[in-house]
Amino acid sequence: MPDSAASPQAAVTLRLVYLARLRDAFGTSGESFAAHGDPPTVATLLAALRARGGVWSEELGPARAVRVAVNHELAPAGTVLAAGDEVAFLPPVTGG
Amino acid sequence: MTVRVQSADFDVAGEIAALRAGDARVGAVASFIGTVRDVNDAAAVSTMTLEHYPGMTEKALEAIVAEARARFDILDALVIHRVGTLQPTDQIVLVAVTSAHRGDAFDACRFVMDYLKTRAPFWKKEVTADGARWVDARVSDDAAAAWWERDAQGPESGQAT
Repeated sequence: MPDSAASPQAAVTLRLVYLARLRDAFGTSGESFAAHGDPPTVATLLAALRARGGVWSEELGPARAVRVAVNHELAPAGTVLAAGDEVAFLPPVTGG
Repeated sequence: MTVRVQSADFDVAGEIAALRAGDARVGAVASFIGTVRDVNDAAAVSTMTLEHYPGMTEKALEAIVAEARARFDILDALVIHRVGTLQPTDQIVLVAVTSAHRGDAFDACRFVMDYLKTRAPFWKKEVTADGARWVDARVSDDAAAAWWERDAQGPESGQAT
């Protein structure tokens, strides 16, 4: 983009958290992740994780009702991610 | 307004007494207690484990209580939700609301519970004879929360029955 002087494709390091069924499916409660994008968003992060294939594309696919929280607040797909953000993946909740 | 997430059980009478202690404006207390059933989706449940997302859970519950306070004329509210491993008949959740009159107390109590079911980050995993399984979210819970949205948008939708 001609109007962007920011360093292109600089990675942003995020803390990813997988909860409940997703933790079981992925076999981990979370990871440190270097997100790319100009800028990286919830949508580009989801795409990067789905690109791993297998259970990742299955569990995070459009057919699944997974919600994303950034720093403990539910966040829509366009939310821009910054270094150090905690990004959590939540299956549909079943408390109460 | 108080929200607590804890593994310990709670004493309903003591919690309600504390909620309305010394407040002579209170004319109504409505409460809801959710408990563990021994059957879900036609399978016998031996134990249930409740997981949550620390940090977000408290914020979500506080937001729900704040929303209830904005919508209804209530004096105070309490939400306690347990986490960890529970057995059938155990208490899971308590919502208690005080108000001057019963209408707002009933409505706010139900509102908090309906929103908690769809917005607070808790997940149930139950153990049955076939092994452990994550409980599926119910479409009826979303419908219950959506009912309040409809109510907020249309004046003629009437009272809860």
